[in-house]
Amino acid sequence: MPYTIKVNGKDQTVDVDADTPLLWVLRDTLDMKGTKFGCGMAQCGACTVHIDGNAVRSCVTPIGSVGAKKVTTVEALSSSPVGQKVQKAWLDLDVMQCGYCQAGQMMSATALLTKTPKPTDSEIDAAMSGNLCRCATYNRIRAAIKTAAGETVRVAIAETVKGA
Amino acid sequence: MARHRDTAGAPEGASRRTFLKVSSAAGGGMMISFTLPSLGEAAQTTPMGLNAYISIAPNNTVTIMAKNPECGQGIKTMLPMVIAEELDVDWKNVRAEMAANNPKAYGPQFAGGSMSTTMNYEPLRRVGAATRAMLVAAAAQQWKVPVADCITDAGVIRHKGSNRSLTYGAVAARAAALTPPDVKTVALKDPKDFKIIGKFQTGVDSAKVLRGEPIFGIDVTRPGMLYAVFEKCQVHGGKVKSANLDEVKQQKGVKHAFIVEGTDNLDGLNPGVAIVGDSWWLVNKARQKLKVEWDEGQFAKDSTAGFDAKALELSKAPADTVIRKKGDVDAAFGSAKHVVEAAYSYPFLAHAPLEPQNCTAHVQNGKVEIWAPTQNPQPGLVLTAKTLGVGEGDVTVHMIRCGGGFGRRLANDYMVEAAWISKQVNAPVKLVWNRADDYGHDQYRPGGYHYLKGGVDANGKLTAWNNRYVAFGKGGKFTSAGNLSQNEFPGLLVDNCLVDACLIPTGIPTGPMRAPGSNAHAFVYQSFLDELAHASGQDPLKFRLDILGEGRPIAETAGGGGPPGAGPPPAFHTGRMRGVLELVAEMSGWGKRALPKGTGMGIASYYSHLGYFAEVVEASVAADGAIKINKVWVAGDVGGQIINPNGADNQVVGGVLDGLSQALHPKITFANGRPQQTSFGQSGLLRMSEAPPVEVKFRLTDFPTTGLGEPALPPAIPALCNAIFAATGKRIRQLPIDKATLKTA
Repeated sequence: MPYTIKVNGKDQTVDVDADTPLLWVLRDTLDMKGTKFGCGMAQCGACTVHIDGNAVRSCVTPIGSVGAKKVTTVEALSSSPVGQKVQKAWLDLDVMQCGYCQAGQMMSATALLTKTPKPTDSEIDAAMSGNLCRCATYNRIRAAIKTAAGETVRVAIAETVKGA
Repeated sequence: MARHRDTAGAPEGASRRTFLKVSSAAGGGMMISFTLPSLGEAAQTTPMGLNAYISIAPNNTVTIMAKNPECGQGIKTMLPMVIAEELDVDWKNVRAEMAANNPKAYGPQFAGGSMSTTMNYEPLRRVGAATRAMLVAAAAQQWKVPVADCITDAGVIRHKGSNRSLTYGAVAARAAALTPPDVKTVALKDPKDFKIIGKFQTGVDSAKVLRGEPIFGIDVTRPGMLYAVFEKCQVHGGKVKSANLDEVKQQKGVKHAFIVEGTDNLDGLNPGVAIVGDSWWLVNKARQKLKVEWDEGQFAKDSTAGFDAKALELSKAPADTVIRKKGDVDAAFGSAKHVVEAAYSYPFLAHAPLEPQNCTAHVQNGKVEIWAPTQNPQPGLVLTAKTLGVGEGDVTVHMIRCGGGFGRRLANDYMVEAAWISKQVNAPVKLVWNRADDYGHDQYRPGGYHYLKGGVDANGKLTAWNNRYVAFGKGGKFTSAGNLSQNEFPGLLVDNCLVDACLIPTGIPTGPMRAPGSNAHAFVYQSFLDELAHASGQDPLKFRLDILGEGRPIAETAGGGGPPGAGPPPAFHTGRMRGVLELVAEMSGWGKRALPKGTGMGIASYYSHLGYFAEVVEASVAADGAIKINKVWVAGDVGGQIINPNGADNQVVGGVLDGLSQALHPKITFANGRPQQTSFGQSGLLRMSEAPPVEVKFRLTDFPTTGLGEPALPPAIPALCNAIFAATGKRIRQLPIDKATLKTA
């Protein structure tokens, strides 16, 4: 049946079953490929989007439950000041390796920073614990979150020393 | 070097598009040839092609091809950096693009074995330098001045005697018609003049990924594309006896449902049931209604419990195969002052890249076009051609960015499945595995068992090393990625050594996972060395340095097999390992820091994929057995040059954390031939809260520059286990670490 949802500020009408996860509506019905499929069971966080500003796993969010709430995806991350800072920090520190999880990581980080502008390490751990990174870019993610929060972070990149 | 010029039937002149092909030839040499594209490839096409790697547009935009697949290791950035440096262009003006899969033009194109740097660093410098020389020659020709009077600077050629200058773009067409110089002797830059290499360079696709652009394999769409799922037997290779296809076909969104017989090649197209339709969500939902009766075959009895029992039995059986035999271990044990025996084991593991396996394929009119996130396109092409019964020339494989590889995408099972399904339904098809498919149909890192005995004499010298390795395989042949090298340290340097193996047959498919072999054997050997050091009252660092002895290459380790086109591996050099051990000891304050009770430091070192790494872990163990890793120090030696410090740091830190993750979390066990963990939740993976700071230093040495995707991983695991021993007195001999065994309260 038809559902009208608000995605990145735009009304979108889609004709799908009520149990269709938001993830697949975004990816395959609306052809917005930034939100990623990782597990389909809310265990990896690759599919994280915002619904009314909260980080949610779109792979287990049926379209029928979205209603009039505002959906924001990585494609519109730069439309908020916090999202812009997050994206800039991610690029300046070049956080990503394969990059597949990073849309979800940035969505979780942006939701955190919007509510908690100066998060502690344990607040970062709590907010980010549902986002897996198989390349294990966690240290740069933490540094990028702190950079986006305005902290001066020294990011240690491998040094070289001359061998004998 | 072979060189020839093909001038058949075409007029001279810059209006003709002439390609200089420079590629690495087997054995590491270079091959240059001119070929003429068909005349239809219009001369007015811009940018003007210079060769298979480089094209320069009249506006001086330089496009450089990355020949190998990108799976997060940063190769699409690093390989073009190398060419750009010697070409002498401004990195800001370079566009990096993924090359076509064309081994004829580019040589071997794969992402594996940490070989991209080893095989391409110097050859690609020469590609850049040769092209620069041609651009300079073209300018000199136009000005009618000697080449020696011309210099280059960031994409501009200047004549020293006058104020004249020309951009590369202005002379590219003229240059393309020139005979290339001898790439073997073309002058290369002095590394102290590098402007791009050795500097932090941001990944060329980072900004696109951060904007959510559709650049991964799973993002590919084609006009009229259908979506597919493919159900296979949970016991590898099991055949379909029957399936309720009629019921499945009635499900919403399903257009096709059919049985695939599969082939005899169990690494290729396996039997199963394909469901194809309008949306992936609908076909995956329809799959829940699918009921298949399987003929599970002979391996349906395989189980972890059975493997464990069989390994214990084989620990005392006659050897199937002898790996290394030197001196007299029995006599050495008889005269040793300290003799230690221990049994170690580790589980099967799944690769679990975050992007599930997927592939888009379109078969029409006998031609096959494939868009695949693969680490290994050409073998996939060959497999697909053979399975579909078409010529290799009829198959095109586009290399699409992989959301992680870790070795899983060296296999191309998903590729041949997508192609087969597309052929049956006569439409473009995107096949996407779900996470249970990915965990359930991996080519797993094989588990293994080691029964060790070591002897140390009264002087503290390691005099005897004995290992019965129980692995998987048959008839003296190890299953893929299950072998143990005769050159494994420290057996290599011990006077009396006996390493042999017994094999357990299995139908479980195995394959290389990041630092294959090494990711398992480093844990065992470097932990047992620690046991011997402690048993004989010696510092674990000093014990290792003493075994290594004076710095020297060990001749017997040179040569042997490497990947095609890579040349024979050089000898293991004890001095390079000493160098990283001494460096990491200094970085970590080894033996010099007082640590609180329950906190310990562990050290380990390992040589793999031509890289030398030594690592120290500091960890604390709480009374409830909870492990906190406080910090990791890493010293690495991969030769004389770190090409992109950004990517290098990422690979090392990622490799170390990947190793720590393996120590703490994942395992795949089997019952009735079936994997028992089919999700992230069941198998486990490191999370952010567990990731310690990692401090990395590279020790630059006068050896060829080699790769970094793998060698930092192996020592992380034993360094952690040795730290836990230092903290608790409890020795970890089985992975993943069972925290319950560390409880003290």
